[in-house]
Amino acid sequence: MSARPLAPAAILRDAGLSALVAFGLFVALIGLRLVPTDNGLALEQRWRALLAIVGAVFVGRLLMLGWRAWRPAGAPTPRVLAESIRRSARWVAPLFLLLALALPLFAGRYVIDVGILVLTYVMLGWGLNIVVGLAGLLDLGYVAFYAVGAYSYALFSTTFHFGFWTTLPVAGLLAGLWGVLLGFPVLRLRGDYLAIVTLAFGEIIRVVLINWTSFTGGPNGVSDIPRPTLFGLKFNGSGDPDTFAAFFGVDYSITQRFVFLYYVILGLALLTNWVSLRLRRLPLGRAWEALREDEIACRALGINVTVTKLTAFAIGATFGGFAGAFFATRQGFVSPESFTFIESALVLAIVVLGGLGSQLGVALAALVMIGGTELFRDFAEYRMLVFGIALVVMMVLRPRGLVSGRVPSVSLGKPKEIAADLVAQGRG
Amino acid sequence: MQTKAGVLVAYALQQLINGVTLGMIYGLIAVGYTMVYGIIGMINFAHGDVFMIGAFLSLIGLTLLAGFGMTSVPLALAISLAAACAIAALYGWTVERIAYRPLRGSFRLAPLISAIGMSIVLQNFVQVSQGARDLNLQPLIPGGMAIFEENGFVVQLSWMQVVISIVTLALLAVFTWLVTKTPLGRAMRACEQDLKMASLLGIDTDRTISLTFVIGAILATVAGMLFLLYYGSINFFIGFSAGVKAFTAAVLGGIGSLPGAVLGGLAIGLIESFWSGYASVPYKNVAAFSVLVIVLIFMPSGLLGRSDVEKV
Repeated sequence: MSARPLAPAAILRDAGLSALVAFGLFVALIGLRLVPTDNGLALEQRWRALLAIVGAVFVGRLLMLGWRAWRPAGAPTPRVLAESIRRSARWVAPLFLLLALALPLFAGRYVIDVGILVLTYVMLGWGLNIVVGLAGLLDLGYVAFYAVGAYSYALFSTTFHFGFWTTLPVAGLLAGLWGVLLGFPVLRLRGDYLAIVTLAFGEIIRVVLINWTSFTGGPNGVSDIPRPTLFGLKFNGSGDPDTFAAFFGVDYSITQRFVFLYYVILGLALLTNWVSLRLRRLPLGRAWEALREDEIACRALGINVTVTKLTAFAIGATFGGFAGAFFATRQGFVSPESFTFIESALVLAIVVLGGLGSQLGVALAALVMIGGTELFRDFAEYRMLVFGIALVVMMVLRPRGLVSGRVPSVSLGKPKEIAADLVAQGRG
Repeated sequence: MQTKAGVLVAYALQQLINGVTLGMIYGLIAVGYTMVYGIIGMINFAHGDVFMIGAFLSLIGLTLLAGFGMTSVPLALAISLAAACAIAALYGWTVERIAYRPLRGSFRLAPLISAIGMSIVLQNFVQVSQGARDLNLQPLIPGGMAIFEENGFVVQLSWMQVVISIVTLALLAVFTWLVTKTPLGRAMRACEQDLKMASLLGIDTDRTISLTFVIGAILATVAGMLFLLYYGSINFFIGFSAGVKAFTAAVLGGIGSLPGAVLGGLAIGLIESFWSGYASVPYKNVAAFSVLVIVLIFMPSGLLGRSDVEKV
């Protein structure tokens, strides 16, 4: 991908070649479709679709190269765009917070529901950010801790009738414990090995959830999980004195529950944010950031690398557990299907697209990715396809995320930003 | 008592045969992972999906040829395999060109995220274009032979298993020759040792990397076709599970090491088959992954990998 502008003839030739490659790629998989029939497989022909796609590739490539050759001088590049986002972070962040706080006042139930979903991922993103963004440990199995939290609440509440607020810390603790259990043996591994072991761990948890039917309910999951209460006040339309509507003497509407859930997850997410911002200023947080930049130097300076990594892992896992407990109470139902690798990939993508270590970036990325896929709900079939393409395109155009670059939390003299490309990432 | 022991031995032998067959398929995929990792140090997450695409292309080819009235099974297999390999090679090349090459020299996580994105793209592309249902193929290479019978338990070696072993071994022999004896292999090994130095010495590293992806895709396609013929049923999701296990195999054998990939594949295949045979089928993946974790803790660079010292 050279940035050099091409001559018109070369552009045409390049676009023609791209179309040829596209033809080769799609001739069998789009031009022909396997259809199971009563007597074996049959093939359905779809040459028109093939032609349309090849044509689209040709025109698209033509436009892309043409744009590169005759780009108007003043057009903003992605880099400049991101710079301005980062510079405006000072007022964007409080604005977003205000907007988030005020959303239930003017939005309908559907928007609030999407808001709950987005905030769940913001929280997961901030939790994983501690592990990946701050400590630089690549975790591909974060969803395992999410699952531990969700099942902890689901099982405690349905078996022992514990309430949401009692179980929330327990779910977080259990997830953190699992983080330590997993982290203890594997944190000595190098980055990529760590990635694959965490991925394997995520799969192990999912397989156990599916197959340990007597404990987890198997593929059917756990249902009838109680909803959270506001100081003992329930959100339902039964008219009992201990419901929210009866206590405050207002008419019951289901929106009340959504608004309540919305503020619960907003509070949890802000707690995550606050804790990680505070932790960055502790010696522990500084050790994480130092570890991310250079592990060998850390060892030389006498930082206990294992303990440092383990705390990052455990704290990240704890927040994953909190988010999981919330997920369980919001859905009222958990099943292993919610905890596939795709979820881990999604959260990791949010962290990476947001710019590793940047709190605002993670929140923006969650908004774009989860809100964006919500917009595509009508094209459910194509949703994941678009999501995958977006991941690749984002990486190619802005590999360091929407809001890249990091200012160290502490520094001697004037804080100097570390260019993200000088930073080694994911070296476990 | 004597016969009981005989049955036990026969049962174990059957698991051994099944495990080796499975391990061969994993090994073929694992070679693709380990080659790419050796040269550019990234986990090509989309490799498992190229395997899946290879299986689909083979099935399309076979159905097309059957539709044209071709009755000779070996000929149909050969033609559709060749066509599938050609198209899958194009996929391998395109994936590298679009998703990885622009990111070369970028920070470490970028290609991995891009690869995860590419894997999602390929999976969902096949789901959208070919549907989400399981597609079945009636066995083309039926039959087999009974090695011996012990008290009613017959140890079976199917012709398909023989074909899988022969094809895999032949392919690995060709591949070993390619890596050790040809100019391309020399370039690949040079790139593996030091990419920058190789390019200084006049090796076209971009071309070498592209060809590495092409070769990996061809091996994965052969594995895909063998998988299709062995199990007779495929869907768009087979790439994930097979890919993760093949990658596990590559890590187990020591990533970057070609014999290690095959050895790791065999080990994973055997673990899976023995675990299914003696413990429980649902937990076979757990067994494979647990072994991975244990091996990594005690031998962090895998069975045959070089232990590299991290330098400042």
